[in-house]
Amino acid sequence: MTALLSISDLSVRYRRDGVEVPALKGISLDVLAGERLAIIGESGSGKSTLALAVAGLLARGAKIGGRVDWFLPASAGAKAPLSVLPDISPSRGEIGSSAAGSLLATSKIGEGGDRQLISPLEGEMSGRTEGGATERLLLMPGGNTPRLGGDIGFVFQDPSSSLDPVMPVGKQIAEVARTHLNLSWPQAYAKAATLLERVRLPDPDTALRAYPHQLSGGQKQRVAVAAAIAAGPKLLIADEATSALDTIVQAEIVSLIRRLVSEDGMTMLFISHDIALAATLADRIAVLRHGELVEFGETGQILNAPRHAYTRSLLAAHLGLEAEPLLDRQGASA
Amino acid sequence: MSMLAVSSLAKRYHRGGKPFAAVDDVSFEIGPAETLALAGPSGSGKSTIARLVLRLTEPDAGRIAFEGADFLALSGAALRARRARLQMVFQDPLAAFNPRATVARVLDDPLRIHNIASRAERPRRIAALLERVGLDANLATRAVHEISGGQRQRVAIARAIATQPSLIVLDEAVSALDVSVRGQILELLLDLQRQERIAYLFISHDLGVIRAVAHRVIILDAGRIAESGDARAVIADPQSAIGKALVAATPRLTRNRP
Repeated sequence: MTALLSISDLSVRYRRDGVEVPALKGISLDVLAGERLAIIGESGSGKSTLALAVAGLLARGAKIGGRVDWFLPASAGAKAPLSVLPDISPSRGEIGSSAAGSLLATSKIGEGGDRQLISPLEGEMSGRTEGGATERLLLMPGGNTPRLGGDIGFVFQDPSSSLDPVMPVGKQIAEVARTHLNLSWPQAYAKAATLLERVRLPDPDTALRAYPHQLSGGQKQRVAVAAAIAAGPKLLIADEATSALDTIVQAEIVSLIRRLVSEDGMTMLFISHDIALAATLADRIAVLRHGELVEFGETGQILNAPRHAYTRSLLAAHLGLEAEPLLDRQGASA
Repeated sequence: MSMLAVSSLAKRYHRGGKPFAAVDDVSFEIGPAETLALAGPSGSGKSTIARLVLRLTEPDAGRIAFEGADFLALSGAALRARRARLQMVFQDPLAAFNPRATVARVLDDPLRIHNIASRAERPRRIAALLERVGLDANLATRAVHEISGGQRQRVAIARAIATQPSLIVLDEAVSALDVSVRGQILELLLDLQRQERIAYLFISHDLGVIRAVAHRVIILDAGRIAESGDARAVIADPQSAIGKALVAATPRLTRNRP
């Protein structure tokens, strides 16, 4: 497999209370076209910063070093990607490999903490699922700049804050399709209805007109997923997308994401604090700690033969349904 | 003798003009030094039961006996006195504390309000409480928003044990913590239970955590008890549909996968 994007020596520092705090320290890794890659770590590991950097969503004050190179096919980055086609076709699974080979976009997002290359957002922020107004897309010089919403779909943890509370959900999805696929409103609404069916929302026609507060947490996250994939992105990023949901709904959303990624041939970046959950979905797992990449490998290797002590400690801390209970029944029982 | 006996508890709310049963005919008992877990999906009634037991919400029907007393009949000074024996720790201690208060202030309140220690004695009691939960006594002067999430949850536990309770309601108390910190907090809770014989009503959506620390579990569905029993036995072989769904949905760390 070839790379969809290549992250080289990426460093990010934030300013907090006048002090620079490193969030990522020299991360290098390739995301392969068509793979499902999990980024795991605890709070402060930099996993969300990495997701935001890939999406070009870092806050304006962030200092960035290193580079992210994209390898997008010629058709991407500008006009309609494959999923403009009326409905899902099984050949969609080919996108990953057809994207391979042609190095068409080499985007440089700054070198050695240099801020000059970071420009304010040009154009609109696109879909509603893509964060607040204070965030800025990094303008990447060179050929095909990946467009958030178009080439990259992003699902955040909390759909209550990523969805617009005063806009019907159908319009929020249609807006993404209209913006990135150059559809008319009626076409975009038809696309939104299809998407609500694809994310298995009960009664999609009624749901189109529903407001977020009329939906359950799991249904809202299904809407956020529909908006994220509305323009047929090459890369779907899910940042703790199931962490606010209960166990049963979490399993449903993970299974939904797995199916959509496979049907559309998307590349997946799955950000999670939960190594067991990540392992159910990912081909490869990258383990981050304090902004550093401590281990990166195939899921089977990470689970069965972890090389780094920190990975072993994460595995040991997992409280599974097979582990020995902490509770000493002899000692504590009344 | 049971520490807490809840019988036929019911609470209805209205949603969209229609009444729905948040808690419907729920009965259970907790013995001294026992951990009873409440599990179930969102909206199954776990947190409503916690609020009813704490009398933060009044039930529509049912009885709550706490340490042998009719807890729902208490009011005024008698209720305040009994409340010292029944404490709580929530998911997010920052939401439960005044964020600008110091750790010392957070721990001083219960000691003062329940007349547990004189003003002169309280600093020493606060230092002892911090030490009991594995924190440095120097932390007392820090603001609660300045300390880490794990430290804050230890402070919340220190505050809960300040009044020497017989029962602590833990509502998703470890759900927001990193896994490495979570293990330490669970060990602390188990240690306190052994030493002080505290009972826990342990609310969690995570069956792995429940299995690690609870003696018994009640699985709730739409406000009703779907099944209950020994925590390991129920989780190993759930009988109810919701129990089976919860177990099936729990992510497994399957080693030796290809």
